[in-house]
Formats: sequence, structure tokens, C-alpha cells
Amino acid sequence: MRIRPKRKKKAATVCLLGPQRLEPTLDAALQSHGVSGQLAVVTAGWEEREAEIEELSEHVGRAVVNLGVYERVEDIFERDPELLTEMRKRHDRLRALQDLYRVRLGYALEAARTMLGRDEDPALLAPEQEAAIAAVRELDDQHLERIREIVAEFQGRVRPAERDHVVRHKREITSILADSSALCVAGGHVAILLNRMRLLDVVGAAEGLPIFAWSAGAMVLGERIVLFHDSPPQGPGDAEVLEAGLGVCPDVVPLPHASRRLRLEDPTRVALFARRFAGSLCVALDEGTRLDWDGDSYRGRPGTTHLTAKGAVEEVEAA
Amino acid sequence: MTITLGDLRRSGPIDFESLEEFVRENEFPLIDGTTATFIYRGHADEVLLRHWIYGLSSTQAFTRIAGTEFWRLEMELPAQSRVEYKLEVVNGDEHRLVQDPLNANFAHDPFGANSVVYGHGYEVPDWSLPDPEARPGEIVEHVLGSDVLGGPRDFQVYLPARYRETRRYPLLVVHDGEDFLRFAGLKIILDNLIHRLEIPPLVAVLTQSPNRMSEYADDENHAKFIVEELIPIMEERYSLVGVPAARGIMGSSFGAVASLATAWRYPGTFSALLVQSGSFAFTDIGDEHEGGPVFDPVVKFVNAFREEPGKPVEKVYMSCGTYEPMIYYNRSMVPLLERTGMDVRYTEARDGHNWENWRDRLREGLSWLFPGPLWMVYE
Repeated sequence: MRIRPKRKKKAATVCLLGPQRLEPTLDAALQSHGVSGQLAVVTAGWEEREAEIEELSEHVGRAVVNLGVYERVEDIFERDPELLTEMRKRHDRLRALQDLYRVRLGYALEAARTMLGRDEDPALLAPEQEAAIAAVRELDDQHLERIREIVAEFQGRVRPAERDHVVRHKREITSILADSSALCVAGGHVAILLNRMRLLDVVGAAEGLPIFAWSAGAMVLGERIVLFHDSPPQGPGDAEVLEAGLGVCPDVVPLPHASRRLRLEDPTRVALFARRFAGSLCVALDEGTRLDWDGDSYRGRPGTTHLTAKGAVEEVEAA
Repeated sequence: MTITLGDLRRSGPIDFESLEEFVRENEFPLIDGTTATFIYRGHADEVLLRHWIYGLSSTQAFTRIAGTEFWRLEMELPAQSRVEYKLEVVNGDEHRLVQDPLNANFAHDPFGANSVVYGHGYEVPDWSLPDPEARPGEIVEHVLGSDVLGGPRDFQVYLPARYRETRRYPLLVVHDGEDFLRFAGLKIILDNLIHRLEIPPLVAVLTQSPNRMSEYADDENHAKFIVEELIPIMEERYSLVGVPAARGIMGSSFGAVASLATAWRYPGTFSALLVQSGSFAFTDIGDEHEGGPVFDPVVKFVNAFREEPGKPVEKVYMSCGTYEPMIYYNRSMVPLLERTGMDVRYTEARDGHNWENWRDRLREGLSWLFPGPLWMVYE
């Protein structure tokens, strides 16, 4: 199966990888895409450990330039306190909105799970199940729309892209990327990574370059970011939409560490997840897996799986 | 002839060789639903099971299987239970307390090791076992010259993996810290919970008192040592957040009393309190109690606390085993704590007053008091 999204985005080679700490596959992916030369990396998700890229450099065995996105944004905040204040206000509003969304989501998901667990006359039950899932989808969409409104209002009023220190750092990043043969985006804190990459428009600056991303790095490249964990130590483990992503990869929900974070052996949970995000490829990005986007369709490396509406976990495609 | 558990239950002669084979081929204690069957083999006048289940007679007698030196005992063991025990083997005037020779499971504590039987459905939590994927933290030894306690005090510090001076960490004060390391696997658990993002990377200071029965029983100087000497030195030497919202204190048994008493004497210093099987003995009328002199200051403190609890911290996690004598006191504390406006979570387990009970509750307690970045970090 070769998966073609309905909505096409601008052509770009993107490679979404499984976690790299225990089983690094970045170098093999770079080679298979014929990438040679300097790599530019974003490790902003590692926060204060951003600069610690020794293992990564050793693994790829070539010149690696750290774009220093986390530190650059720290510098911007220090020099532009008004921007920091405005971003904090936006953060607080988004957080409050997330709390409200979570309240409604809990009930909607509970209803959907209950419906999927029932065993009655399919003629009666199936439309009810469909409606319960549709209610969750509608809630997710509505939440995303409210987030977009808040972000758009912020962008329009604060105009972060036009602020001096942002412009200066973006120019420097663009210059580094001009000398690089690929952009790599590591994981870590997904919201910090998203906000900082967005503020500096790293993806825009990397136009035309192939992108290799893993873990949270893969998550931010999608159109929406879905937080997930089926068995947290506290709470019911309801996956939730956090925000719109950077939109490089259409119709995909990357799920790093899926085997550890999701109950993939539970067909009801798997089915609900896949049906809730139907239209997107819910791809399990475990160690050693890889999903390639060529600007037209997705191809999975052998062993790369996705969640299906029937509650199964199936191979995406043997490349 | 093959014998079954049913044959054992029926009276009447049993073929010796078949019995030997039965014992050889099964693990003991043998769990069948909610029934545990214990077997002892050996010459004895009497064999007794000695356990510490509150509410049951602390000794239960085995029955000799007629014509053999095998002894057996059946007892009800509810699902999820964990019970520590020893066998008392009586020969004439000699009474020997021994571990169960047929049971490979032991639980260690400062006084040695007991045999332990697991009820149906109980599993040692995977997060308490070494995980090769978890980055190991570090234990650092320190000595503090204490003016308050009048001499040097050893303590240990747990630093999370990838500790960086550029980051600021929450602080957890652990009473009986060395015992928590040895008998409850605290370091492994902190490593694992941090690795799983269920708690944030935190620094723990592990204290150990040479005289815990008095110092932990609401000793004013102990609380002063913790708050006015130990925490300041920790905040000076390590990169800590250094505000009440990022400080917790914990302990079990008398260590729980010390934790509550310290938080009570210094309200607002800590935001999180984790108390396990607290020795919270109190009286409703007068000060007479049955705990002996060591409990005198405890009863006095708990009575005073019950009279005027205040609001020492923001969140309290409390746990107790249903098989331990402290269960009454702990249950009684819950509504009182809730009335103070503190956020209280209370958990009971079918377990006793022991380190593995305290170990098994650490994930729930720590991840509730110190929620980790599980939902936001994907590495």
C-alpha cells in the first residue's frame, strides 16, 4: 500500500524516523536519500541540553551545525521582553483553553469507548458508534480552530516575524541552512520545539532542503500535534490535540515510542485512535522505523506500522 | 500415582513418593484462587506460620500429613495480597523461626529477610526493576556538621541522570533514605520514573538518623535540622528551584511522623508530603495508649496535630497496608487532612508494614506529587 494524502503540500523530501537514542538510523536514512555534506540540526526540544550533540555528530560522522534554536530564542526574549510577555500571555490562554477542551474531551472519549465496547445489533449500534466518534472529531476540530484564532490574533498584533531580533536570528539561520545539505530535527519537549521553530520560521528558511526528523521532531512537522499515552500513572490517558503543527507533512499523525506509550494490543483503543484521526496516517514510530514523504505519498520502511480503523496494527508498506 | 491439591485437602493416607513428587513439581506456597497452601517438610513437634496480618491470629498451625514428615497449612489470601512470614518450627523446648525452605521469594529489611507470599494477581511492579534503558542517576555522599543536632550527620544526595547546573531541580527530602535505597530500590525507581517522564528530574536528599525512634517522633531539633540546616546547604550546593512549590518531604512509619511533624512545624516550607504507613497513633480521651514509651511523643504530637492541623502543605499522598496495625490510625487521618483544604490522596494495599509495600506505592505517590513531562516530551 502506498498512501497518498488527499491534500498535497509543496514537494519536499521528509523522512520521519523512530527514536534515535538506542537504535540510531539517521545515517542510513541520509545515505539512502543520497544526502552528503553538512547537516543543520535543531535540538531545541532538549532545552538546556541543546548544545549536547556529540553523540549525534559521532553517529553521522560528518559536519553538523547546531542551529541553536533554543538559545537563539532565549536571546530574543532577553532582548525583546515585550515579545516574551506577549508569548507568555498567549501560552497562558492556550493552556487555559487546553484545560477546558480536556474536560469535554474526557466525556466524549468515554462515550466513544463505551460505544465501541458494546456488542449489540450492528444495525443499531454502528451509527451510534460513528456518531460518538464524530463528536470527538468535531471537538478536536473545534479546539484546533480556537487555537488557530488565538495564534492568528497573536501573529497579527505582535508581528513576531518582523521584530528586529527575530529577523536577525532568522537571517543567520537561513545563512547556515544555505550551506547545509539537510535539516535534522530531534525530539524532546514538543511545545517548546514547535514554538521556537515557528518563531524563527526554521522550516521556511529550510525550503528545498530534505528534512529528517524523529520523536517530537517528527510530531511538529505534521498538520496537528497529538499528545498521547494510554497508560499514564495519573489520569485516563486520553490522547489530545495540542496545536497545529508546522504542516510540512500532510495527513499524518506521528506516534513516537508507540509500542511503549500505546496499548497496541487493545483493538478498541487502536480503532478509536485511528477512527478519531481518520484521513491521517497514524504511524507508529518505534525504534528502527521510518516513513518517507516524497511530496506526493508516504512509503514505510519494512517494520513500520500504522493503526487501522479495525483496531489492528499493520505494516505501512515495504519500501 | 499423581496427587493433587484436592488429595491434600482430604484426610486419609497419601502415598509418600507421590507427595514428594507433588512438592518437587510445584512452587510453594501454592496459590489456588484465593487460597495459599504452605508445605513444610521436616521433623517437628509443631509447625506454625508466623505473619503480621493485623486482625488475624499472628500464628497459624500446620497440620501433619498422616504418616509423613510433611506439614501443610491452607489460608485465605485475597487477590493482590503480599504477605511476609516466617515458619516457627517447634521441637521440644526449641522454637526456631526460619524462612520457608520451599519459597524462593524473600523480602529484606533492616532486621534480615522474611519469606513472602504473593496472592493471585500480585506482580512486582516493572517500574521497580532495573531498566537498562533508563539513564542511571548518581548517589553522592555528604557530611554536615549540625549545630542543632550537635555533631556530624551523614546524608546522601540523589542526582538525576544528566544533572546540569544550568537547570533548576525540585527537591525531595527522604527520611530513612539509606533504607529506602537498600530495601525499596529508591534509586532504581527514581531512575525509571524520570526515564519514563512520569516525574521530572529531581534531586533527593536522603537522611538517616542514628536515633530515629526519638528524633523522628516530633523532635523539634530534627525539624530544625531539616529546614534550617539541611535544605539551606542543599540549595547552596545544588541547582534547586528553591521555592516551596518545588519541595517535598517523605517517609514511612516513624519517618512519616517525622515528615508530617517537620511540615507542620514549618508550614509553607514544602508543598508536597508523602507519608506511608505513618505511625500516627493518637488518643481520643487522655494520653493513655498501648504503644509503650516510644510512642509517648508521637501520641502527643498527633493529638496536637488533630487539634490544630493548619495547612502544612498543598498536597498529601498517604498510603497504608490493610494488614498492618497502623491502618486504623491512617484511615482516621484522611478526613482530618481533607478538611484542612490540602489536596489529599489516600491508597490502601493488601500488604503489611514493610519496605516492599512502601516501594510499590512510590510510583503513584511521586507521580501525583511531582507530575512529570510525560505528555509533552517525546525523545
